[in-house]
Amino acid sequence: MQFTSMILSNAEVSPGYWRMRMTAPQEFSAAEPGQFVMVRVNGAIDPLLRRPFGIFDVGVHTPAQSGAISQPYFEMLYRVVGKGTAMLATLHETDLLDVLGPLGDGFNLGSPDEEKLIVGGGVGLAPLYLLARELVKNAPVRLFAGGKTRDDVLCITEFERLGVECYTATEDGSLGEQGLVTEALIRRLDALTGKASIYACGPHGMLNAVATIAAARSIPCQVSLEGYMACGVGACLGCVAPGSGHSAETPDFRCVCTEGPVFEAGELKWRE
Amino acid sequence: MKPEMSVNLAGIELRNPVMTASGTFGYGQEFAEYCDLESIGAFVTKGLSLKPRAGNPTPRIVETPGGMLNAIGLQNVGIEAFIAKKVPFLRTVSTPAIANFFGSTVDEYAEMARRLDEIPEVAGLEVNISCPNVKQGGIVFGTDPNCAASVVCACRAVTNKPLIVKLSPNVTDVTAMARACEDAGADALSLINTLTGMAIDLNRRRPVLANITGGFSGPAIKPIALRMVWQVAKAVKLPIIGIGGIMNATDALEFILAGATAIQVGTASFINPGAAQQIAADMEAWLVANGVADIKELIGALET
Repeated sequence: MQFTSMILSNAEVSPGYWRMRMTAPQEFSAAEPGQFVMVRVNGAIDPLLRRPFGIFDVGVHTPAQSGAISQPYFEMLYRVVGKGTAMLATLHETDLLDVLGPLGDGFNLGSPDEEKLIVGGGVGLAPLYLLARELVKNAPVRLFAGGKTRDDVLCITEFERLGVECYTATEDGSLGEQGLVTEALIRRLDALTGKASIYACGPHGMLNAVATIAAARSIPCQVSLEGYMACGVGACLGCVAPGSGHSAETPDFRCVCTEGPVFEAGELKWRE
Repeated sequence: MKPEMSVNLAGIELRNPVMTASGTFGYGQEFAEYCDLESIGAFVTKGLSLKPRAGNPTPRIVETPGGMLNAIGLQNVGIEAFIAKKVPFLRTVSTPAIANFFGSTVDEYAEMARRLDEIPEVAGLEVNISCPNVKQGGIVFGTDPNCAASVVCACRAVTNKPLIVKLSPNVTDVTAMARACEDAGADALSLINTLTGMAIDLNRRRPVLANITGGFSGPAIKPIALRMVWQVAKAVKLPIIGIGGIMNATDALEFILAGATAIQVGTASFINPGAAQQIAADMEAWLVANGVADIKELIGALET
């Protein structure tokens, strides 16, 4: 759906990372974890295109005073990377934005008899909070969050409040263990006694590593991809990712916006 | 009083002059949720070929001030899948569907025209001789008047459906291309396709697009498109479909003044999937506000 959304709050949660809460129509609360929105930053022609953002959370704000109307909302967690996101960071409460969504295919929540292992890198945590919120209802959930520095590891407290066991790693050692978050993931996988399922979102290199680790152990793994996209509805074909059978002779591209953004890792082509 | 918005485009009755541009509106169905297809004049499919095409590697698109570059590489489902999977939807819509198509040889163009001619749900054909993102083995149909004429002749011979030729702006004299297509039997001309451009990532010292160059579209190209539509309108008798950076009703009406019978909305549909519907409604409102009884009064009515 397409709707005009009013900003309820917009705050920097870590240097360069912002969290925005915005009003949404009632139907938006049916958004699946892993779905995304396309936001028009302003009405002018520069920036021209909408920007895609993962849905961090959805909810309903119930005002304290009696008789006030409760307001459905959603949240985005975004990183300032260019002109569009820099403009987004300057917006305030009551500013209006044109939003398209929820879009795409989200995460498959899987079965409750699996341990849920969520892996996020930097702003890749954005679509994983709503996922964790759903998963904790039925299964134990562990989060492996990584980043270059402590500034890139976001909203861990929120995950902990859900009852998620959190492991953090940073490349400079400023938070958690020093190194890549996949090392903690491997240790957990080595200690597993029952079934598990992996859910990942983050930089492509991290997803590649996670997909390889999961494939080697035959553990189900879903990844959420980013893509440069103009439309978000399957028309521009800008955001495609190579499928597992892709080669120059047998081209196989998947549309991130409509066939994803969440894919079974085995559907996609990864570096060995 | 409600103004008359309908136009006749080479035999296709359009309820209003607003069409959607190939490659920006999928096969129609993708936009049905956001754009009432019954409110626009016609829609044009993604460019079709005999065999499915996977398109170019990524990155395929990049935004630049006032526009965007794309190098999709004509990814499409191919004619067989179009007939099996996309045509059934066209039956559910009364709005004319135009099939955009291309080939890599004159014979392939003709074969595509012959196949599309057999599909009753296809109201007209738009020949793409001008995609800037695909190498044709040295033959560039869209920039050589003789090559363009041979494609149009071959397609004309196998179809009686309205035949629209989409022209490239990447030429020295667009009127020479337009006249060659008119003489070869085209029923209408659509212009402009994208302008070849590129974007560079300074820090990586590399082109942004995997294809290096791409087609530039969006509001930044409108002045060039207007100029070319105006030039071609004076050079040929064929009806013209104006395309290039149309974001709103004002832009659309400017193209009609310049000589276009209809217009296509392209990049704007990416930003607002309901753009074509909105533009059609706003054009009608402008006619009401300005006391124009019939949109046809404005076609080519530019005073110079």
